[in-house]
Amino acid sequence: MLIAVVLVLIVAGSVAFHLYSPWWWTPIASNWDYIDNTLVITFWITGAVFAAVVLFTAYCVWKFRHRPGHKAEFDPENKRLEWWLTAVTAVGVAAMLVPGLFVWKQFVTVPANASELEVFGQQWNWAYRLPGADGVLGTADAEWVSGENPLGVNPHDRFGKDDLIIEGGEVYLPVDQPVKLLLRSIDVLHNFYVPEFRAKMDMVPGMVTYIWFTPTRTGNFEALCAEYCGTAHPFMRGFVTVVEAAEYQEWLQEQLTFEDYARTASEPATRLAER
Amino acid sequence: MTDILPEHDSNLPPREVADVMPPHAHSWIGKYVFSQDAKYIAIQYSGTAAAIGLVALVLSWLMRLQLGFPGLFDFITPEAYYQFVTMHGMIMVIYLLTAIFLGGFGNYLIPLMVGARDMVFPFVNMLSYWIYLLAVLVLVASFFVPGGPTGAGWTLSPPQAVLSGTPGGAQSGIILMLVSLILFIIGFTMGGLNYAVTVLQARTRGMTMMRLPLTVWGIFTATVMALLAFPALFVACVMMLFDRLLGTSFFMPTLVELGEKLSYGGGSPIAFQHLFWFFGHPEVYIVALPAFGIVSDLIAVHARKNVFGYRMMVWAIVIIGALSFIVWAHHMYVSGMHPWFGFFFATTTLIIAIPTAIKVYNWILTLWKGDIHLTLPMLFALGFIVTFVNGGLTGLFLGNVVVDVPLSDTMFVVAHFHMVMGVAPIMVIFGAIYHWYPKITGRMLNEAMGQIHFWVTFIGAYAVFFPMHYVGLVGVPRRYFEIGEPAFLTAPVDGLNAFISSAALIVGAVQVLFLFNIFWSLRHGLAAGGNPWRATSLEWQTPETPPRHGNWGDDLPNVYRWAYDYSVPGAPKDYVAQNDPWVPDSGGRRL
Repeated sequence: MLIAVVLVLIVAGSVAFHLYSPWWWTPIASNWDYIDNTLVITFWITGAVFAAVVLFTAYCVWKFRHRPGHKAEFDPENKRLEWWLTAVTAVGVAAMLVPGLFVWKQFVTVPANASELEVFGQQWNWAYRLPGADGVLGTADAEWVSGENPLGVNPHDRFGKDDLIIEGGEVYLPVDQPVKLLLRSIDVLHNFYVPEFRAKMDMVPGMVTYIWFTPTRTGNFEALCAEYCGTAHPFMRGFVTVVEAAEYQEWLQEQLTFEDYARTASEPATRLAER
Repeated sequence: MTDILPEHDSNLPPREVADVMPPHAHSWIGKYVFSQDAKYIAIQYSGTAAAIGLVALVLSWLMRLQLGFPGLFDFITPEAYYQFVTMHGMIMVIYLLTAIFLGGFGNYLIPLMVGARDMVFPFVNMLSYWIYLLAVLVLVASFFVPGGPTGAGWTLSPPQAVLSGTPGGAQSGIILMLVSLILFIIGFTMGGLNYAVTVLQARTRGMTMMRLPLTVWGIFTATVMALLAFPALFVACVMMLFDRLLGTSFFMPTLVELGEKLSYGGGSPIAFQHLFWFFGHPEVYIVALPAFGIVSDLIAVHARKNVFGYRMMVWAIVIIGALSFIVWAHHMYVSGMHPWFGFFFATTTLIIAIPTAIKVYNWILTLWKGDIHLTLPMLFALGFIVTFVNGGLTGLFLGNVVVDVPLSDTMFVVAHFHMVMGVAPIMVIFGAIYHWYPKITGRMLNEAMGQIHFWVTFIGAYAVFFPMHYVGLVGVPRRYFEIGEPAFLTAPVDGLNAFISSAALIVGAVQVLFLFNIFWSLRHGLAAGGNPWRATSLEWQTPETPPRHGNWGDDLPNVYRWAYDYSVPGAPKDYVAQNDPWVPDSGGRRL
């Protein structure tokens, strides 16, 4: 009978842990509270099913335990009951899937007014690129990577000349402005993951992937690599600092364009010192 | 086509194939080394899988030591940590779980349960084991080569798997890993064809497909799936081997490594992931379906009750098997594949929850109004239900594309798949060993040691993996050597990690007791007799226990009913064996 008691305790303990333990997600800093809501709906539905199934099992184990003289019932199937259970399950599954797909539609539909920011990953640090005065990111490829051109911006593309090159792992974003992150890697898979923004996506060498979100509060948020990328994977960290628009403009002024960057880079001593 | 109810069936179909006794081996080597007896091959497979599984267990201890007590053990470097993680995962999924369910239980149970004398191709069956052993040895060899085994993660995703930033990437670790997998697949294919053909062609008279025990249905369906899924992994391994050794670029685009441009160009890393998961997702069910089948039988036998909804159970197995081939990209929602795939794969993935849920309902409805004997196999079956339901439900988070986004690549995923395809199937393996050990050896496993083993394993494993979900929910990514104390942690995870690691060490340690029990009971276990659980299926009706080569005496058994005639009203005993011609409406008149 111990097992029936333990099954009940497992349900009670799991629910208590869920409700009272301090481990919960970090407060959100983007528009993706839809994702959090869908997750909470899923917790409620699955939690209820888990409790119901395990408690019912515990009840059966206690109620129909072997005793002298007790005999099982011969009961091969019950079409009605089986179809009912199937239908109820299907409804429960749909209740999770439908809102999930609606939110996914939003997740993959980038708003027209989103600004662009390229996030660049390589073993094992982050860099960023912003479109310059022309508002267009120049093309780029691992093909063009060199000491003076660490991000591989196409030197023959006029749109790239005024792009802003941001090294050092930290980037600023203006609050309440939707942003589309264009994700690019030149060596292995990486994944740009800021827990407060909820969104994440792999960066894959040879292609450009994307996510979008709107930062909803100012602050300094740590970026992690979430796709295994080799030995120093857990140490590949960066920062996203969300600020008011005015402060963002100030920060923008301090950044080097690709052209300026290439010029300073031709003095290797300075570059090394900076690194 | 279905005849699940006991009914008068004296008109057995004539034998289609002559009953031929396979030639007995006469030499010691023929009997015990290069054996062609499926039962002996099963023990070879299981023993080898258990031995390499112990290596994986120790590796899990080492990685938990690092996560629970970071910095305490100098010898666990990041390189070593990633090698432990990779080898633990690969060994557990392929070399332990797949091998023991199909090569172990499949070999032992299929011929006995369908009423055959052996597998249909005994020689190929023997080769299957020896190639599997070679695959394991190649895997073990990678621990001893310069640079050590690969640390690419069990998903082996290129480009990192073959580059120098990953342990074993630029040395021989990754090469040996790929060669070992290729060998494993060759060996499995030989065994797998055997299992499938034996089920289809070598069933005894009266054993229709819809009279097969669910164990056979589970293993059979998993085998067919594996025969279709492993080729994808096979070609992926060959192509990556070419990329690594011959300089092809199947999976390698233009790359810059440490400032140097490599000679690769034009390949696609995502193509590898599609191939890998086209194998990898069916693989989950290749492990799960045999567990589903076996646990159905354990519950029926030990609750003295017919499996509830047998036909639905069979169809659920088949439908799950089929659907599992169109859900693979749910492992790739944030891989950078076209985001519209998300709609399709989320829908198929959540649909698969429906037949899976039916199976859970039917297990519990089998307990309903049963006569539940809380034997060790039953306890492990109950442990399976709890952990499988828990792990299955968290699959609804990860399968529902947008909910997956924050959770993907975090410890939540690690907790989910360990619960659903680690703990749950292993619960079934243990239950099955306690259940069939008496048939294999003629002796019962020690009950007291078994009770300790069950309680520590069940409660301990739950204590390891339930809290781990919340480590992921907080935001800790998987495959992190250490997380440090980033600001997003709402509460430090150090204490929780130390707790999880302590529980993992204890759960691991109690497996030593289980192994001791296996050897101790060989000599000291209580004599079991031929059918200690009073079970109906054919393997319990053999003339000798353990069954001899050829399984049956002079005559193959004839089958008159399904495998679940427990507690039939009016029957003289509380079970009617499949080969018992008893007819209910005639008051037990024997034919």
